[in-house]
Amino acid sequence: MTPPGPLLAFRDVTRRFGAVQALDPVTLTVARGEFVSVIGPSGCGKSTLLRLASSLDHASSGAVETATESIAYVFQDATLMPWRTVRRNVELLGELSGANRGNVRMRAQEALESVGLADFADHLPRQLSGGMRMRASLARALVMEPELFLFDEPFGALDEITRTRLNLQLMDLFVERSFGALFITHSVEESVFLSNRVVVMSARPGRITAEFTVPFAFPRPADLRYTAEFADLAGKVARALEEAS
Amino acid sequence: MTGPVVARLTASLGRVLPPFGVFALIVGAWYVVTYQVLAEDRRFLLPPPHEVVSEGFLDERTREDILLASWETLKAALIGLAIAFVLGSVLAVLMAQARWIERSLYPWVVFLQTIPILAIVPVIGFWFGYELTARVVVCVIIALFPLVINPLQGLLGTDRGLHDLLTLARAKPFTRLVKLQIPAALPQVFVGLQTAAGLSIVGAVVGDFFFGRGAIGLGLLLSRYSGRLQSAEMLATVFAAAVLGVAVFWVFGALGRRVVGAWSEAWGAGDRAARSS
Repeated sequence: MTPPGPLLAFRDVTRRFGAVQALDPVTLTVARGEFVSVIGPSGCGKSTLLRLASSLDHASSGAVETATESIAYVFQDATLMPWRTVRRNVELLGELSGANRGNVRMRAQEALESVGLADFADHLPRQLSGGMRMRASLARALVMEPELFLFDEPFGALDEITRTRLNLQLMDLFVERSFGALFITHSVEESVFLSNRVVVMSARPGRITAEFTVPFAFPRPADLRYTAEFADLAGKVARALEEAS
Repeated sequence: MTGPVVARLTASLGRVLPPFGVFALIVGAWYVVTYQVLAEDRRFLLPPPHEVVSEGFLDERTREDILLASWETLKAALIGLAIAFVLGSVLAVLMAQARWIERSLYPWVVFLQTIPILAIVPVIGFWFGYELTARVVVCVIIALFPLVINPLQGLLGTDRGLHDLLTLARAKPFTRLVKLQIPAALPQVFVGLQTAAGLSIVGAVVGDFFFGRGAIGLGLLLSRYSGRLQSAEMLATVFAAAVLGVAVFWVFGALGRRVVGAWSEAWGAGDRAARSS
């Protein structure tokens, strides 16, 4: 029995840093099994949304409600401990939760396999490419089998080819595990390809200026990106983004 | 097969040769000063290098004196270094816990660093006697600063994202310290240890030079040779002190490379990557 209501809800949430209004009232929900992307210019408070959702930060007014404790945060950088092997990095959150060691090891192995890093488990982060480090970061989040994923521009620093490949991999994981996701990005194509819904935000103060529902069924093939329907929707999102900037 | 070996040999030769060249220049200049610059009756001020070697290191009696004195000095330095390391680490961890602790302690750590060591040597002797304990105290005072400041920078400079990660996992402060801050600070800790090791040798030499009592260390030996105008032996003792300093610096460097060299760029991880690619 899944409880009714959204997994994550922002209700008229504002955030002010001193005299700077970072977020105007924002209302936004993410349902179970829903992938929502937030796209907007730099400094529009996208990352603030994630920090509020994960209680790393607190709203100045309004309410942030989460229906689950099981939340994973995937950072802009891979944010791995350079002294730990990939495996020990992936095990970190399980280890901190005090779960049984053997169990953590097993789940870490599964997570490494599902992102295709099993062969690199005993490497140190610095021996991996940027894309592989990001996959290790994903695997670390997967270990806790979160119900809600918060992604802070995870693929922003990667090259186009790696980004496209990781988009597919992330979509596979989403289809397989159907978590809820709030995904921050700068890339229009990425947002449309991955999401059920794309939300466009404007800068200073951050507020939602447009919202698009993405109709394509999951799992989406890689060449969906080259269809006219995709281009049409991506164009609309891009225009809305331009108006917001 | 032989290609890489030869290449590696040439590479290490290329690294070793320049410092040896400089060494040859210094020795050459030394001979010039001894035989060309100094008049014969003043030559005792700077005996030629071979005399330093023959009278300082080849003469059995002097060699034994210098070796025994080196051991005394090393002992005081290492005891002092160990105490400074423990004390420094505790202070750094304390200061990393809260801003107000850092603010209250920092000026005093700096103050300790700025005391001219010679000014308090008499005070130390007055309180702690004039033997090993007093020398160790001098070493602790002189070695403490880098062993507080470097670890502290390491503890505070930890990646913000990793801190957030641990916050999200509801890690307790102690867990954060042990699993994140201390490992992240290790490269800096070794930088501190390396600097402090050299300083502690200086402290031990200065200590017994001024206390002038107790077991004979390099400082005491120096003042004895200079008193007797045995300049070759004196220079040999200065070399022994320098070699001791270089040796501890090197040992802690090797230790640092061994412990954190695999992942810390400051300790050679980048080098190896550059070489293998």
